[in-house]
Amino acid sequence: MSPRIGVVTFPGSLDDVDAARAVRLAGATPVSLWHDDSALRGVNAVILPGGFSYGDYLRCGAIARFSAVMETVVDAARGGLPVLGICNGFQILCESHLLPGALTRNRELHFRNRDQALEIGNTGTAWTGAFTPGQRIVVPVKNGEGCFVADTATLDALEAENRVVARYVEGNPNGSQRDIAGICNEAGNVVGMMPHPEHAVERLTGPSTDGLGVFTSVLAHLGATTV
Amino acid sequence: MSTVESAGVVDTVGRAQATPDEPQPFAELGLREDEYQRIRDVLGRRPTQAELAMYSIMWSEHCSYKSSRVHFSQFAEKSPKTDRLLAGIGQNAGVVRVSDDLAVSFKVESHNHPSFVEPHQGAATGIGGIVRDILAMGARPVAVMDPLRFGEASHPDTARVLPGVVAGISQYGNSLGLPNIGGEVVFDPCYQGNPLVNALCVGVLPVSRLQNMAASGVGNVVVLLGAKTGRDGIGGVSVLASATFGDDAGAARPSVQVGDPFIEKLLIESCLEMYDAGLITGIQDLGGAGLTCALSETAAAAGLGMRVALERVPLREASMLPHEILASESQERMLLIVEPSKLDEVLAVARKWGVLATAIGEVMPPAADTGPRLIVDWHGATVVDCPPGSLADDGPVYRRPMRPPADRDLVAVDRAETLPRPADAEELKATLLRMAGSPNLCDKTWVTEQYDRYVRGNTVLAQPEDAGVIRLSEESGLGIALSTDGNGRYAKLDPYAGAQLALAEAYRNVAVTGANPIAITNCLNFGSPEDPEVMWSFGEAVRGLADGSAALGIPVTGGNVSFYNQTGMVPIHPTPVVGVLGVLDDVSRRLSSGFANDGDRILLLGETRPELSGSEWAWQEHRHLGGTPPEVNLVAEQALASVLRRAAEVELFSGAHDLSDGGLAQALLESVLRHGVGARVRLPDGLDDFVWLFSESTARAIVTVPRGHEAAVRALCEENDVPWQPLGIVDSKMDGLDVDGLFSVSVEEMREAWQPTLPALFDRSATPAT
Repeated sequence: MSPRIGVVTFPGSLDDVDAARAVRLAGATPVSLWHDDSALRGVNAVILPGGFSYGDYLRCGAIARFSAVMETVVDAARGGLPVLGICNGFQILCESHLLPGALTRNRELHFRNRDQALEIGNTGTAWTGAFTPGQRIVVPVKNGEGCFVADTATLDALEAENRVVARYVEGNPNGSQRDIAGICNEAGNVVGMMPHPEHAVERLTGPSTDGLGVFTSVLAHLGATTV
Repeated sequence: MSTVESAGVVDTVGRAQATPDEPQPFAELGLREDEYQRIRDVLGRRPTQAELAMYSIMWSEHCSYKSSRVHFSQFAEKSPKTDRLLAGIGQNAGVVRVSDDLAVSFKVESHNHPSFVEPHQGAATGIGGIVRDILAMGARPVAVMDPLRFGEASHPDTARVLPGVVAGISQYGNSLGLPNIGGEVVFDPCYQGNPLVNALCVGVLPVSRLQNMAASGVGNVVVLLGAKTGRDGIGGVSVLASATFGDDAGAARPSVQVGDPFIEKLLIESCLEMYDAGLITGIQDLGGAGLTCALSETAAAAGLGMRVALERVPLREASMLPHEILASESQERMLLIVEPSKLDEVLAVARKWGVLATAIGEVMPPAADTGPRLIVDWHGATVVDCPPGSLADDGPVYRRPMRPPADRDLVAVDRAETLPRPADAEELKATLLRMAGSPNLCDKTWVTEQYDRYVRGNTVLAQPEDAGVIRLSEESGLGIALSTDGNGRYAKLDPYAGAQLALAEAYRNVAVTGANPIAITNCLNFGSPEDPEVMWSFGEAVRGLADGSAALGIPVTGGNVSFYNQTGMVPIHPTPVVGVLGVLDDVSRRLSSGFANDGDRILLLGETRPELSGSEWAWQEHRHLGGTPPEVNLVAEQALASVLRRAAEVELFSGAHDLSDGGLAQALLESVLRHGVGARVRLPDGLDDFVWLFSESTARAIVTVPRGHEAAVRALCEENDVPWQPLGIVDSKMDGLDVDGLFSVSVEEMREAWQPTLPALFDRSATPAT
């Protein structure tokens, strides 16, 4: 049986259909999880998709953090469950303190959607094992508040502990400090990234199929046979 | 504030009967004396304050189409018959069948005046409104597009309007999770005091899910779903959309609605869930004219009455009066007609999504003596009692005077073909680069990167491609292509031809993806209908579009009219914006633009003539607008589309790009810059080099043909009577474009000309974080 990967839908989630498609194309079974229901339905991993959860009122991800499902997700993540936050999902992971730092308004002061080159850093996480360190990939980035910031000590620690999962190359699209596009927690099971690997899983609709590697990585991590 | 309000007295029907001579502010509400008298005749008494508000908005230009309606019979008369059409003009949006079980709904609307008064909210709620129109047909909205027109790019007010409009579209559309797949950004001084912010939405539905607006079924419950009702947008259609701005446009700001895309997203999901569960009998969105429009139209469509308890409407401000509640244009609301047995399920779905749902009334049988009545009560007292059809269908109809512009003949002989041209190869190259950097032809990334084009994962093509392409089925590969186009300069020179040229360009843009064009929508942006010259140009544009639809054999499925687009006495150029929808049986065979593969042959399809009047070159280089626009040849457009469609099906082309603004020169530049792959071309004989490069003759495209396919392509062109010219070859070793015997221009030179224009004008980056 292929692994079951949960995709959470908050009110205002938008890329949940895309995340579910990417899971399916990678060879796993997508399972819908609902913000107001703390049950994780026996999933082997969880994706927090992009969008504007609860309208992103107050602060991006600030309300989602208090949802019923997040209480369980936070506990399970601390217990080692692989969790991926994409864009708004990354913001939620930071608000939940599963990941350090914060995502602030883009340097350009407006939303930007472009095909972005990334350099993969840590390949020892649950979500990046299919890549090689230093590998360059192209996936879409699209956000208004994607500028990663943290204090210097945190940034230094992230780099020293090899917890930068991806960096922007060939141009930083939002002013993120040290060109950081994605990071992981100390254990490597929780990954947050602003770029959207789920939008780069088919030649026809994406700039590449590079994003698929994120989803096949977690299957390999879970010990399943991937297609 | 009227004396009634300030006295704290609600103007009931009983009070109206008792005080027949009370003076009423009908003129301030935009009603003429004879229109007011007609309302009194319909009611047999003076209207109440609430009724007067309702008639003034339903009989406004925006809602009643009173100046345009007489012209629209042409669409019905001339429109080709097709069994694809499931819903047409008069519905919330057109719906066309694209396969045995799937249909597509699409429509374009204007939100011009609100976007000038308050650019961000004006543009945002423009998206919100068109999305609800599509939703009301039973469709899931799947993409949006925005044809935008602004004043002079360098004008200080454009720096206020454009970033606000783009941010509004970006914020609202992105938050709804709808990819923005195309549109236009055009600058012309005629739009300085009156930008055009049009919005198109397209949605998809199973044929069996088609909804309608009729409030049928006596005893059914009327449910208001969505946001609370506030004081925003009161008089939006009558104050903003049906009058010309004076110097006090800022004073109209409270008439602009304020949007909340988060609620709209929840509204979409809850409506779709209700459709799929079969819970809805009738549905109508609340847009212009708010509850007034939705109540009267749903009742009139069913030929039944309705009784509403207005105090049940959830309010943002408790002090709102009946006429304000009825007129409010608060966003993110839908009106549902529900069988009583299904009400609980409807309320449960709404609760699941966190959306307010309130039963506010009931469908009533027609009265024995007076027929169907729309009765609105306010805490037990009746404040409205009128025939719903008198509001929705029986508004005034005017046959406005029409007169061709006095200077028409003079303008026609002032031809751009006689203007001074570049004298040598060096000047040709300089002209190409200057034109590429001009606001109308430059790189639009600064705008389009603010839109999410990836969400939902079905975007096959988006800007800067000629048309947007959306996949509808992952299994079959079925998809649609969409383009919107318009050229106000052409329409200014000849509105009949201008409308057809807009149609031809949208049709061609859809065709260059390999799609089969099947339906038309339109947004007709004009000045004041009370100006006979404007009205003449409007009549000509409608006639042109109706004739064009007949000639191409595809129906006009709906559209929108925006009048009073002028500043003082000066109207904008007549600007018919036309959207064309096409079908692709297999989106993986779509054609895209840009040079990509070494050794591909570049062909120019179609006939080039010395046509420069109204062109981008004449405008950019000489600020000249005169003569007659390029010849319309819809037979040639059809032939070109046939070649493109067939070639895409059998994979004869590696790419295709439409020729339009800026002519061949701009098309070559864009094809090189798309992937940074160069080309060597040689301009054919028979015409001046300048004419080859800058003429805007229609029915043309450049295509790239992989080696080995040349003979088949020639045969296909000959079979369809499409002229073709070999132009050159794609050459990855060539840095940029080499035009044999004339000039070479590197990729870097092109980029430096094409890319910096909009960022230089509009960028406001913050200081980089360190």
